[in-house]
Amino acid sequence: MTEQPITIYTPESVLANPRKMLRDMFYDLAAGRELAWRLAVRDISAQYRQTLLGFLWALILPLANTLVWLFLSESGVISIKETVLPYPVYVFVGTMLWSIFMDAVNAPLQGTTASKSMLAKINFPREAIIVSGVYQTIFSACIKLVLVLIAIAILGITPGWGVLFIPFALLSLIMVGTAIGLLITPIGLLYNDVGKAIPLLMQFMMYITPVVFPMPKEGLAAKLFIFNPITPLILTGRDLLTGKVPEFLSYFIAVNLVTVMLFLVVWIIYRLAMPILIERMSA
Amino acid sequence: MSETLIKVEDVSKKFCKSLKKSLLYGMHDLGREVTGRRHGGNGELRPDEFWAVNNVNFELKRGECLGLIGRNGAGKTTLLRMLNGLIKPDAGRIEMRGRIGALIALGAGFNPILTGRENIYVNASVLGLSKKEIDGKIDEIIDYAEIDEFIDMPVQSYSSGMHVRLGFAIAVKIEPDILLLDEVLAVGDVGFQAKCFNTLAEFRERGTSFILVSHNMHQISRYSEKVLYLKKGGLNYFDDCERGIEMFLADMNQSDSEADINRTDWSRVNGSGQVIFTGARFLNNKGDNITEINVGDALTFEIDYRSAANMTNKCVIEVIARDRDGVALHTRSVLVLDKSGEKILDGCVRVIFPFIPINTGFLEFFFCAMNDITGEVYDWKRNFPIKIKPEYVTHSRLSIPIKWEFNLNPI
Repeated sequence: MTEQPITIYTPESVLANPRKMLRDMFYDLAAGRELAWRLAVRDISAQYRQTLLGFLWALILPLANTLVWLFLSESGVISIKETVLPYPVYVFVGTMLWSIFMDAVNAPLQGTTASKSMLAKINFPREAIIVSGVYQTIFSACIKLVLVLIAIAILGITPGWGVLFIPFALLSLIMVGTAIGLLITPIGLLYNDVGKAIPLLMQFMMYITPVVFPMPKEGLAAKLFIFNPITPLILTGRDLLTGKVPEFLSYFIAVNLVTVMLFLVVWIIYRLAMPILIERMSA
Repeated sequence: MSETLIKVEDVSKKFCKSLKKSLLYGMHDLGREVTGRRHGGNGELRPDEFWAVNNVNFELKRGECLGLIGRNGAGKTTLLRMLNGLIKPDAGRIEMRGRIGALIALGAGFNPILTGRENIYVNASVLGLSKKEIDGKIDEIIDYAEIDEFIDMPVQSYSSGMHVRLGFAIAVKIEPDILLLDEVLAVGDVGFQAKCFNTLAEFRERGTSFILVSHNMHQISRYSEKVLYLKKGGLNYFDDCERGIEMFLADMNQSDSEADINRTDWSRVNGSGQVIFTGARFLNNKGDNITEINVGDALTFEIDYRSAANMTNKCVIEVIARDRDGVALHTRSVLVLDKSGEKILDGCVRVIFPFIPINTGFLEFFFCAMNDITGEVYDWKRNFPIKIKPEYVTHSRLSIPIKWEFNLNPI
């Protein structure tokens, strides 16, 4: 007889045995690797199979957003301070990076909600859903990156060597976004309010991040911008893409380190929350 | 070889009746989990909570089958979900050995736009197979599901039969040590169902343990060595199969008749009212009023009716008797007109059953007066029950005196 895994379920919190919990977490992460890939392939191919424009959809929204802001500033509806870069490049790169961040924020809650019926009936490594979301975000980020590179080349900007570090900037955007998304997922699954509130909050977030507006120099706005942990991510990404020396590099690194810690915490919470949430999903 | 695969000790689970409170308790529980405290508190019920599964104990050895029975809402599915590790118990301890499979959500995670082949990979990954294992088994799966020619078609154009066949074919490929079955034993058409049963039989020979939830006592008694009868209030019964089923059926019959008495509402006319029913009763062959018979007894069902003046349409009266599983008897007759042919005569009509073979505890009568041609309903009465006492508990719906004859050829 082959050795058999023994599974034990009790009401005790798994936190009572942290070592076992950590082992299980990484075991499940490894076990869910292949599944995550499958789910990502499934969702990506299903998403684009029933469209005519296909992958272009990853670009259309940020592109439209850019055009709106260009129109607003050109027509003088809003007046935007001088940016170092030509404004179209500034907005375009900014909205692209922001949309990657938004994809990452939305993925955990969307992915988990979409898998509700599966979660309620089948026991599989729950991590797979999150990892699958990350894969999908990376996939669309790659498409966007290619387009941005083409666009800035056309607009006459040479990225320089900094472009080699672009993957780091994108991955940290995705990591921070996923951590935030994962943090709100357990509550978001219980209360739909969360899902409705996110777009609102994120819009506000965007206005206090140098996405379409340049960094303000003084006043409350300047403070908000600088306290916002997304600011260094967007700025560093844009600097690297457009051949500038990253201005906020140490802040950027600090945010990443903190996020790694945050990630572990929200991952644990997600795991602990799952049985409680599934109890409240229909079977 | 008779190691214990499942050990369940004092397992309980509470649920909440109100959604708002349930969500709130969810937040509390989450807070408790995160701070490392016990799930579900110390076993006390919070307002609006009740025990969905109460104090369950059982053990299951390799190769055994446990039948899980109980009324709707007795916690059968909840118990299965706990065994499957989907939700945590609020009290007690569950120990499972080996790979756990479940024929519960066939084809969960199928994406309708993707082809059957793509969905096999997704679904089998969800169930825990690696890509290599799937590569090795995909031909077997397609073959088993009998959808060879459609395998590269999107799943949304599959018939529902093809859908469940594919789901079943994937689910049985995980070769579990413990298999959880919730009402799904076999799917598809007759031929495929036979294949499903044979696969389950193969599993049993290999030593897989089963937990089977079913409302079909025949299936339970055929497969299970043991029965767990889940009852409200935690007075669960776990032991011998025949005895458990008997207890369950006896309880069912009792509560059925309690709930069903006088459910017919005579004050309301359910129809246009040209013919109305004013009363009905059951009689035995001596003509006495009765509310209960033994299976096999004769039964007369008598209905009083009145009709409006100058009611000359051809009116039929339909009598339908249902047991727990659906329509058991169905009969109809034309109502009698007076000599001039201008009016339906008031009176009463009797439906005489020389014997009642129904063996499921009760029959509910539905009767309807309607226009034979247009189908216009004049009156319609429902849920008029009679209790049937089974002489002995068999697991069939009908009890008919039967003889067996063998024609043997001695060599």
